[in-house]
Amino acid sequence: MSNAVAKPASWVPKGDLQKEISAEKMLLELPRELQFITGSEAAREAIKRANIDCAISYPITPQSETMQQAGYLFDEGYIKEYYRGEEEIGVMSAIAGASRAGVRALTATSGPGLMRGMEAISSWPGARVTPVLLNMCRVINTPLAIQPDNIEMSFILNTGMIMLHAENQQDFFDYTIAACEVTEHVDVTLPAMVSVDGFFVTHARGPVSIPSDEYKLNRRDGWKNAVPAMDNENPPARISRDAPIQKSNFISYHMHASWQQEVFAAVERSAKYFDVLLKGRVEVINPEAEEFIIASGSAVSQAREAIRQEGENGRTVGLVKVKTIRPFPSAQIIAAVKNAKRILIPEFNQAGWLHKEVCSALYGKCKAEIVNGPRVYGGMTMPTEMILEWLQKTRKDFA
Amino acid sequence: MSLDTVRPSPGFLEHLPIEYQDLVNHGQYGKQYKASDMGKFKELVEEHPMCAGCAMTLFIRLVFIGLPRPEHTVIVGTAGCGRLAISQGNVPFIYGNYGDTNSTASGLKRGLELRFPNQKKDVITMCGDGGLVDIGFQGLMHSWFRNEKFTTIMLDNEVYGNTGGQESGMTMKGKVLKMAPRGKVDEKMDVVGLAKVAGVDYIARIAPTNPGRVLRTVRRAILIGREIGSTYIQAYTSCNIEYSIPTPEVMKDAFAIEKERYGFEEIISERAQKFLDEVEKKKK
Repeated sequence: MSNAVAKPASWVPKGDLQKEISAEKMLLELPRELQFITGSEAAREAIKRANIDCAISYPITPQSETMQQAGYLFDEGYIKEYYRGEEEIGVMSAIAGASRAGVRALTATSGPGLMRGMEAISSWPGARVTPVLLNMCRVINTPLAIQPDNIEMSFILNTGMIMLHAENQQDFFDYTIAACEVTEHVDVTLPAMVSVDGFFVTHARGPVSIPSDEYKLNRRDGWKNAVPAMDNENPPARISRDAPIQKSNFISYHMHASWQQEVFAAVERSAKYFDVLLKGRVEVINPEAEEFIIASGSAVSQAREAIRQEGENGRTVGLVKVKTIRPFPSAQIIAAVKNAKRILIPEFNQAGWLHKEVCSALYGKCKAEIVNGPRVYGGMTMPTEMILEWLQKTRKDFA
Repeated sequence: MSLDTVRPSPGFLEHLPIEYQDLVNHGQYGKQYKASDMGKFKELVEEHPMCAGCAMTLFIRLVFIGLPRPEHTVIVGTAGCGRLAISQGNVPFIYGNYGDTNSTASGLKRGLELRFPNQKKDVITMCGDGGLVDIGFQGLMHSWFRNEKFTTIMLDNEVYGNTGGQESGMTMKGKVLKMAPRGKVDEKMDVVGLAKVAGVDYIARIAPTNPGRVLRTVRRAILIGREIGSTYIQAYTSCNIEYSIPTPEVMKDAFAIEKERYGFEEIISERAQKFLDEVEKKKK
């Protein structure tokens, strides 16, 4: 028995009443109002203002909150098309299909869902489609857990996706807005994943200052892409057409190699846009310090508290917050820690993917001792005391 | 719009390759050809790297001739033999990931409807039996249950041909193939039956024995897919290599299998029939 209520004939989609502006104007110029909301609600507020044409959902904890909110936004007319897909391979394929049609497409997932959709997701950059994927980080099984742990981000590092890592609810709003525009620049034309640590941010409230919902981003211009939309209004990109490229021969090797080279070059070209919209791809505190913490995601918040407490005890500890994981801000990190003697990299995963990234960026460029930790995983929180203890031990070990 | 993009600017035509000139001057854009016209116009797909005597290639050629509006059509495919020919057609072709055709087409069709509210675009997924009902099963079934408005065409060669002859869900029970060393244990999947259960608006089972009938079936499926709901064509397109059918006997095999178990069958929903009656009456 249906309990759905039909829209009256006089219904006007609320999105139609919003005024279109650029991300620069929305993020850097419009006046903002402070709200106290969860990360999922911050995502909703971003989606409401991102002029999304097509959103496709599939539930998984802790993401479900966000995409069901997107459903309400569709019902209100802020999103033009929306449905619940069959599962993540289906959703990640469909969202790429919508993006190939030339419309702005968005979905969201978490740990195991990301893994399930991986074949499709890893093909997006090469297909030069531009969907935005929100990722609420969660443990990847087994043993089963639904708790935050951002190990899944390590699987995306080498796909050619743009990757942003939000520290808190505010970042999740800002980064999502930025991603929706940057992905579609002609010299970028790439998908983006905006990650945030599940529960710690998605289900907890925090202060978020947001501009009025009378505004939304400029719509996607489906005619403007590095690779034409598959709309049969343009000659199609020939990657899927030429027989030699589908078979193993010298042309196919070169074609694939140059195509992939271009994907990763496009990732780097997106940097200049994020530098403006996010006011730099790193945030540096206490640049004169000899001891530094480099972190991304909610580990940054724990690190902030640690350096505050160190400050109270008269010790200056620096912090580099990494906002964009891809493009990785190597030059900015090298510049920030050029005088450092000791570097700590707190992470919410077992593998220490950020540690590896930092080590490869700093190799031969910095004399500091780069400590392999501290890390928590499986859903644990990282107490500030843990960072303080590691700082103390590091000081002793590498005086 | 698209017809205009096919036509070169004045003065440029003579400098284009002869194949392109033929496509513009003698192609099927804006026209509707009969099977008996084959050879008298420039087809959308001609050169291809398929095996000699491949029945699938004949069927794919016929599908391209049957397209009611190739200038507003996008085809979605997946791994398999078929895409080697489909990708040579003068119709945009998305060669996606394994078994993702019907999920991709769902998003694509909805996206195109948003972007071109005044210009219907035909979306077709065309791929093999393995791509559709083994690895692509979930996406296929859900696209049908969601009643997505596009056409699904299964090139049923009853084997994984492109990977070298392994059994698929559509292989007949008992058939010895790679990965079925003692013969396939289970029955051939009844996908026509599944389509019925899912409420697909137009279902056709066909062998490429009657070109005229293939064209009519393709047109019906695409028109209903464009306006009414999901449509499905399941075509017997034998693999003469893996089934060791001598090249000159490929059509003989098609006739024999058609007679034995692949007879033409059309299942049309009430609303689709009503729509077809109107369209076909108008044409007369």
